Amino acid sequence: MIFTLSLLKAPADAEVLGVSAPVLHTVLVVVALAVFPFIISRRLVPVRAAAPDVRFDRLGKRIQRLVVLGFGQSRQPRYKVAGTLHILIFAGFVILSLRTLTLVGEGFDAGFTLPGLGGDAGDVYATLKDYTALVVLVACGTAALRRLVFHPARYSDRHAVRSHGPEAYVILGAISLLMVSDAFYEGSEIARANDAGFDLPLSSTVSLILDGMASSSLGTIHVWAFWVHNVTLLSFLCFLPVSKHFHVITALPNVFLMNMRTGGSIKPPRHDIENLDDVEKLGVSAVEDFTWKHVLDFYSCTDCGRCTDNCPAYATGTPLSPRLVSIKSRDFIYDSFPITGKIVPADRRPAFIGDVIKEGELWACTTCGACEDACPVTIEYIDKIVDMRRHLVDEGLVPRSLQKPLADLGKSGNPYGKPKRRRGQWCKDEGGMEIVRTLDEGDEADLLFFTDSCASFDPRIQQIARAMGGLISAAGEDCGTLGRDEVDSGHEARRIGEEGLFEALRDQNLEAMGERKFSRIITTDPHAMNALRNDGYGLDKPVLHHSELLAELIENGKLKFESDADGRTYTFHDPCYLGRHNKVFDAPRKVLDAIPGIKRVEMERSRNRSFCCGGGSLYLFNEGEAESHMGENRLDMAEQVGADVVVTACPFCMINFEDAVKTTGREGKMEIIDLAELVLRFVRSEDGVEAASQGSGAD
Amino acid sequence: MDIIVCIKRVPDATEAEIEVSRDGQSIDTEDLTFGISEWDNFAVEEAISIKEEHGGSVTAISIGDEDSEDVLRRALAMGADRAVLVSDAVFEGSDAFATARILHQVVSQHQFDLVLTGAIASDTSAGQVGGMLAAMLDVPQVALATDMSIEGSKAVVQHEVEGGLERVVELELPALVTVQSGINEPRYVSIRGIRKVAGEEIPVIDAGSLGIDVSELGRAGSRVRLNELFISAEGEGAEILEGSTEEVADQLIERMRERGVL
Repeated sequence: MIFTLSLLKAPADAEVLGVSAPVLHTVLVVVALAVFPFIISRRLVPVRAAAPDVRFDRLGKRIQRLVVLGFGQSRQPRYKVAGTLHILIFAGFVILSLRTLTLVGEGFDAGFTLPGLGGDAGDVYATLKDYTALVVLVACGTAALRRLVFHPARYSDRHAVRSHGPEAYVILGAISLLMVSDAFYEGSEIARANDAGFDLPLSSTVSLILDGMASSSLGTIHVWAFWVHNVTLLSFLCFLPVSKHFHVITALPNVFLMNMRTGGSIKPPRHDIENLDDVEKLGVSAVEDFTWKHVLDFYSCTDCGRCTDNCPAYATGTPLSPRLVSIKSRDFIYDSFPITGKIVPADRRPAFIGDVIKEGELWACTTCGACEDACPVTIEYIDKIVDMRRHLVDEGLVPRSLQKPLADLGKSGNPYGKPKRRRGQWCKDEGGMEIVRTLDEGDEADLLFFTDSCASFDPRIQQIARAMGGLISAAGEDCGTLGRDEVDSGHEARRIGEEGLFEALRDQNLEAMGERKFSRIITTDPHAMNALRNDGYGLDKPVLHHSELLAELIENGKLKFESDADGRTYTFHDPCYLGRHNKVFDAPRKVLDAIPGIKRVEMERSRNRSFCCGGGSLYLFNEGEAESHMGENRLDMAEQVGADVVVTACPFCMINFEDAVKTTGREGKMEIIDLAELVLRFVRSEDGVEAASQGSGAD
Repeated sequence: MDIIVCIKRVPDATEAEIEVSRDGQSIDTEDLTFGISEWDNFAVEEAISIKEEHGGSVTAISIGDEDSEDVLRRALAMGADRAVLVSDAVFEGSDAFATARILHQVVSQHQFDLVLTGAIASDTSAGQVGGMLAAMLDVPQVALATDMSIEGSKAVVQHEVEGGLERVVELELPALVTVQSGINEPRYVSIRGIRKVAGEEIPVIDAGSLGIDVSELGRAGSRVRLNELFISAEGEGAEILEGSTEEVADQLIERMRERGVL
C-alpha cells in the first residue's frame, strides 16, 4: 500500500545539497561503521588487559538464562512501573529492528524492502511497527516525565559525586526522536495520499498535523524526516558505548556470561593460578586486576539503582552504594583508557582503592547478595568486593576492630579468642547430661553436627544448638560432633579477604572430618552450611541446614507436634545464606506450618528479597560508620506485618535481632526465637517422649 | 634511619583462663595462645612507618625461646628488614634489669638512631626495661609516647605525663622511646604475609656470644626475686548505686567511709 504507491519523492531519489542521496547515505553509513567498531575496540582494551575468567561452561544453562532473564526481562517487573516501561521499550526495540534495517536500506534504494516483508506481510508488519512506535513513544514520554517529576529515590545516590542523570534524558530523547521522525516520514506520505487510518495510528496522527500542507512541503518533510531518522540512528549507535546506555549492547552478553556457580561461593583469587602462594599480587588494587567479565559488568551497569535500593548497608547509612562501585569503576576505566589519546599507566592514575573506591565502602558490605539478586543485567558485586578486600588484607589495611577476631581465628579457631578446649562444652546441659556426643578420632555417627563458632561459644546460641541436639535425639537419629578438633568454618574469614586464614581453617576441619566417619552433615548455621557446601570443602556428603533436617523428620513422622501454637503472629526471617544464596526457602516454612494452628505472616521483603540482619563479614565486631542498625530496620519490617514473634534460623540473625529488641525498646512486645527452639516447644517424638525434656531449650 | 625494636612474646590474656602452676612461680601455659605484646606491636608499626617515611632499616629483637620466632617473623611480615632471636636457657628467670642487660649487649652491637619498644609488656605490666636499657645505652629516653616524628637529627615526641596531661619533647638522636598503645594504627598481618617471610633466616644469639658473665643473667643476675604468683581471691558482692549523680556520689562516699577507705 504505502510502499508501492509512493506519491512523494523517495529519499534515495532526492539530492541533498547537490549530492546524490545514496552517495551521502553511503558516506554516513561508512563513517558510522568505522566509528562504532573503533569505539568498541577501544572499549575492549581494558577487557583484554584484565585477568582471566571462566565463563563458557554450562552452555545449556546459560542459554536458558539468556532467554528468561535477558530476552524475557524476568527481573524487570520487580519494580512495576519502571519494569513495565522498560519491557515495552525493549520489546519495541526488538520489533522495530526490521523497520530500522528497512530505513537504512531505503537510503540506498528507493522502495527497498527486506526479503519476506513485501506485500501482505509488509502491511501486517507496518501496522505492528506503527503501534509499537506509538507505545514506545508513550513509554519514553512517561519515563522522562516520571524521572523529572517524581524523582524516584534510586535514580540519585547520596554518595554520588558525578551525576550521570542527564544522560537518561538524552537517550529517551533520542529514542523518541527516532519514533517521531519515522512517524513524520510515514505521516507525510499519508497526508499526501489523504489516507489516515487506524492501521497506522501514530503516522496517521502526524498526517493530521500535516493536513492541508502543499505537496512540495510534504515532500521536503518526507525527505528531512528520513535523514533525521537515519542520522539519529547512526549517531545513537556510536553514542551507546560512550554513555551509560552501553548496556544496550553489552546486557545480553553479560547475562549469558553470568555467574553459574552454585550457592554463595566466592571466586578463587585467580582462575589461572591454583595455589594461593603462587599468586604474586592478591586481590584487586588496579582495574586490570578485575577479571574481564567484571570489566564487562561495569560496562553493563545501567545506573538504575536497584542494587543500591535493596542494599542494607546503604539503607543504614554506611558509605557503601553498590551501584556507585560499578559507576565509579566504569568512569575510572573510561578515564584511564580513553577512546582517543594515550592509556594512563597504572602508576599515574589516582589510587583506585583509596581515592576512587574508599576502604569504608568495602568494609560496610555484609555479602548478603541483595544487590546481585536485584540487578536486571546480572552484575556481580560480592566477588569484586571480596577481591578488593583481599588486596587490603594483603597490604595490612584491615580495620582495627576486625584485626583481633581474625588473629583469634588463626590462634584459637574462633573469633572470640576463647580457649580451644572449651569448644565442645556446649554439648552438655546444665545438669551435665550429654545432649550430643563427641566423636573422637576413628569414631562414627550417621550425622555429623558441625557446630561452628557462634553455637560453640555464645551462650545464647549454645541454647539453639542444644535445642537442635535434643530434637535430633528425640527423633532417634545418631549424631556426633568433632569436639575440640572443630575450628571455625572460615566462611567470614574468606569473605573478609583473608584467604590464607580461610584455607588454614578449612584444612584443619577437613583433617578432623577425615578422621571420623559419617554420612551426612547438619548445622544450625547457614554460613557454615554455605562454607561446607560451596567453599571448596569438596565433601561428597550432603550438608543440611537444621531447617531441612527438621522438615525431613516431621515428614517422616519422627517428630510430631503435640500441642497447638499459641495465638501469636509468627513471621519467618530468611537468612541471607540459607535463602537468597542457597535457595532454601520452603523447608523452614514447611516446619513452621506443620505446627498446628500456627498463625504465620510473610514480611514484604521475604525469600530472596529478605533484608540482611547485619551479621555477615563479622559485622558484630565491625565499628564502621552507620546511621542505624540493619537488625533494627528489620524489626520495623516485622512490626509492619503485625508479627509478635520473629523466627530465625541463623545465629547472627538471632544475636542481631535480640540486640535490636533491646535497643528499640521492644522487650516484652516482640520475641525472637530460633526455629529449633520453637519446634522444641511444641513437639514430641514418635514414641511419645517430650523432646523438651531432652535438652535445655530456651524457656 | 636505623631503628631497633625490642619485642616480647606474651600470652593472650583477654579471654584466657589463667591458672597458676603448682610451684606458684609461673602460670600454666598449656591452653594459652601467644602473640606479640600489644604495646610492642605499636612500636613495630611506629618503626616501620618512620622507615617508610625517612628510609633506613628496622631490626626486631626478641629474648625468648624458639617460639619467639613467631613474633619476630610477624615483625618481618609487617616490614622489618631483619630479626634477631636472643635465646639461651640461662636467661630464664631474668628480671627487668637482667633483661635490659641482655638487650644492651645485643643492641650496642648494632648501629642505630632510634630504639623503640612498648611502654609496658602486657604480661608483667612492669614498664621497666625500656628505661633501664636507655640508661645502659646512655641515650636520652622518653616513655609513653603518643605521637612522634623525626626532624633531622632529632625526635620530636609527644608523651603522657601525670594528671592526664601530655608534653612534647625533643630528643637528640640516638635515643630510646617507649610507646603507648594508640600511637598509631598497626597494620594487619595476614597468613599469606607470614608465609611470604617463612623462609627468612633469623639468627640466634646465645649467652656465649653476649660476652657477659653467666652470674649476671637469669635468676642469678636478677635483683628482684619472684616470691609468689597468685590470683587474688574474689570478693563478695557487687552493688549498683542508683539515683542522680549527686545521690550516687553521696552514697559512694558513705560506702567508702564505712570501709575505712576515706
